[in-house]
Amino acid sequence: MNPFIVLGLLLAAILAVGAWQQKKKALLYEVSWGHQIRNTLTSKSFLLQLAGFVVFVVMWQLTVKTLSLPWFSRLPGPWECLMEWLSPDPDYGISIYTADYYTHIVYSTYRATTAFVLATLLGVPLGLLMGWSRKFYDYSFPLVEVIRPIPPLAWVPLAILILPGDEPAVIFVTFLVAFFVTCLNTLLGVESIDESYFRAARCLGASKKRLLLDVVLPGAMPFIFTGLQISMGAAWFSLVAGEMIAAQYGLGFLIWDSYSLIQYPVIVIGMATLGVIGWASSAVVRSVGRKLMAWRERELFGSGQAG
Amino acid sequence: MANAATMTGAPFSVRVRKFVVSKQFIRGAIAIFGFLALWQAGSMGLFPFMHAIPTPITVAATFWEFLVTAKYWQSCLDSTLRVMYGFVAAQLVGIPLGLGMGWNRNFKDFSYPLFELMRPIPPLAWVPVSILFWPTNETSIAFITFIGAFFTIVVNVLGGVSSIPRQLVDAAVSFGASPKQVFWRIVLPATIPSIVTGMMVGIGITWNVVIAAEMIAGNTGLGRLTWEAYLAGHTPGIIVGMISIGVAGYVSSMAVKVVGDWLMPWKKIF
Amino acid sequence: MNDVNLKLVQKDQAQEAAVCRAPDGALSIKEVGKIYDPEGVHVVALEDCSLEITAGEFVAIVGPSGCGKSTLLNIMAGFDNLTAGEILLDGEPLATLDTAPKPGPDRVVVFQHGALFPWKTVLENVTYGPVVQGVMSPEEANDRGREMLSRVGLNNIETSYPGQLSSGMQRRVEIIRALINNPKVLLLDEPFRAMDTVTKSASHQYLLELYNATGKTIFFITHDLEEAIFLADKVLVMTTRPGYIKQTLEVDLPRPRHYGMLASVEFIEMKSELVGAVHEEAVKAFEAGEREMA
Repeated sequence: MNPFIVLGLLLAAILAVGAWQQKKKALLYEVSWGHQIRNTLTSKSFLLQLAGFVVFVVMWQLTVKTLSLPWFSRLPGPWECLMEWLSPDPDYGISIYTADYYTHIVYSTYRATTAFVLATLLGVPLGLLMGWSRKFYDYSFPLVEVIRPIPPLAWVPLAILILPGDEPAVIFVTFLVAFFVTCLNTLLGVESIDESYFRAARCLGASKKRLLLDVVLPGAMPFIFTGLQISMGAAWFSLVAGEMIAAQYGLGFLIWDSYSLIQYPVIVIGMATLGVIGWASSAVVRSVGRKLMAWRERELFGSGQAG
Repeated sequence: MANAATMTGAPFSVRVRKFVVSKQFIRGAIAIFGFLALWQAGSMGLFPFMHAIPTPITVAATFWEFLVTAKYWQSCLDSTLRVMYGFVAAQLVGIPLGLGMGWNRNFKDFSYPLFELMRPIPPLAWVPVSILFWPTNETSIAFITFIGAFFTIVVNVLGGVSSIPRQLVDAAVSFGASPKQVFWRIVLPATIPSIVTGMMVGIGITWNVVIAAEMIAGNTGLGRLTWEAYLAGHTPGIIVGMISIGVAGYVSSMAVKVVGDWLMPWKKIF
Repeated sequence: MNDVNLKLVQKDQAQEAAVCRAPDGALSIKEVGKIYDPEGVHVVALEDCSLEITAGEFVAIVGPSGCGKSTLLNIMAGFDNLTAGEILLDGEPLATLDTAPKPGPDRVVVFQHGALFPWKTVLENVTYGPVVQGVMSPEEANDRGREMLSRVGLNNIETSYPGQLSSGMQRRVEIIRALINNPKVLLLDEPFRAMDTVTKSASHQYLLELYNATGKTIFFITHDLEEAIFLADKVLVMTTRPGYIKQTLEVDLPRPRHYGMLASVEFIEMKSELVGAVHEEAVKAFEAGEREMA
């Protein structure tokens, strides 16, 4: 397919999403849909946002390609990267039509997800326990504090040595960073719960075990989800580093490999893909959080309506 | 309430003595010694999966060997300088940018979408582009370090400015403050807690980034030292490198905390 | 669960119910003392604090911020231990020097800022006590909860979350959550503190109706003198630290109370008597530089 057709389809999709968003707003503000779209398109805010984006792309093209300034001239230009990405027959073997592109994406996503899930499964219960039991906190917190200052990426060499093969090593360092973020945010969440909820539950006859389920877990939920969002970002952060250092597939590997092979546009394609996937994964965590904390959503929305 | 009273009322020496005999301290000491003992036993053959890991005693001996070499201290210095360059640059660019975005609506509209587009890209993904762009290796590593701390600080400052209570600004304006005075006397001081939070988070990320960048593309520094130990199959060296990085990171966090305490005498962090 | 004696809360029936008092829930507080951090700062919150509350009595306690009102309530609720004296509930020891403090559903607290679980719906909050204690099956508890909610006119909000309710409604739900356990004593820790005047007076009305219908012993902390006189049978003035009961005012206004009484001569006389006593303590506390400890 002609890259321009794909480009047109993409733009149309973005416009459609934008228009749909405007429809929701139109309902909220009780104006007609067309009116709302016209309002948005002519609003200063929208024009400035568009200008910011356009200026960036134009500057990129100008400095890198048109004027070819020193330093900048070695970088790939925006148009070049876009066309490579959309080309059915890419110069460097990576585009939306090649299987390799998706292999890298799948590898990275699989690793990030595995590490994230493991970190959540271990970090949340551990954080809850630390917040719930003074004794457990006293024993475990000093250990966590001793190990935590070592940046996860410093574990890479050791992880490769201990664990069988590179694959578990990369997942391990990704897990490690996500784990600490999740665990500490959960602990913070438990500590943030107002004492009167514990007292109320005990007044009403709850045992210590029930407190964990009925107060500690739901009370810490907002912090847990903030933690999970940060943890997702942190997971991608160390995954990329891990893949650059010690992997055979994945977007981090792709970026570094393309650098070694002087396939510069692929670097930008890899970066952009990472950005999109990273953003999307945070969005997933956010929406799951919203689903689980319906009480909070309705509280915020409800107060908005009342006011 | 009773606890808080204890902490503020008693003299320092009494507080230290109380802490050392407290349950909390004893439990912490048990945990750490237990960990070291398990490590020792595990490496000596108790846990087969740990056969590749040297005992803590070997590591301590190796640490001593490292400490007397000039190369070790040079590595520490190199990494610390890189962290500082990147971190300071991120503050110098990030704080004004965050303040500007929070203060001027038009500027925010202009720059925020771009900022949000770039933010999800992991800092290490910038390594190749950075090497291509910057003339020397040193500047590329500093740039990646900068990227690591930059987004955090901007997000924090922007959040800080947006959450300044409206009354503070209104009160100043009703006393006849000019926009300039409002900015310097109200907005900036009110944002300091967020700036400090951003710095605390940023310094951790910075060390992370520097270590990875050194492993990938550096030829000096603590990250490189660790990586070389790995390449040489010298496991005690790897662990010494990790511990050194941990200590360096911890010391930097403490330094940032001291700066934070100094910046906002009205409020103690943590 | 024995049948809760919550009668219909309609104005006319409340009149007859006014005489009904619960047979149990007599509290006797004997020379209670509480010292925080005895080896360190040594804060004496309560000293030699004694009072008797008969079954079904509505007692309000007033005093400057930072006096031992909340400390006393926390000891009664089982959140904190005492360091001298003892408290008996219907002759049985409730808090002594030898026993560890333990909260229980026989004396439920309604908190200053409200402590409805924001993550549970109104009905889930109300039924929490009986279900967690295992005295009712969830279905029974739901039926009971719905019944009690509808009696105070809250039948259409059972699936709402507390955050969606006004503060007045939240307090009503919280009081119902306490009453469904059929407690012997209801401990109210400045429950209407943060409310505006209108919400407050409506909340007073609801509380009085519930009191008239159930006759539960109520221990009510406040610093609003009018509120104390209007609601209670007996108003106690607590001194600033160390806290003890300095003065007791028997309120002889008839029940049911209504807002017209606020302007009666008796009311104003009682108020002026209290104002003098409390003001003296407030000045002492202010000069001692007590921070607001609420």
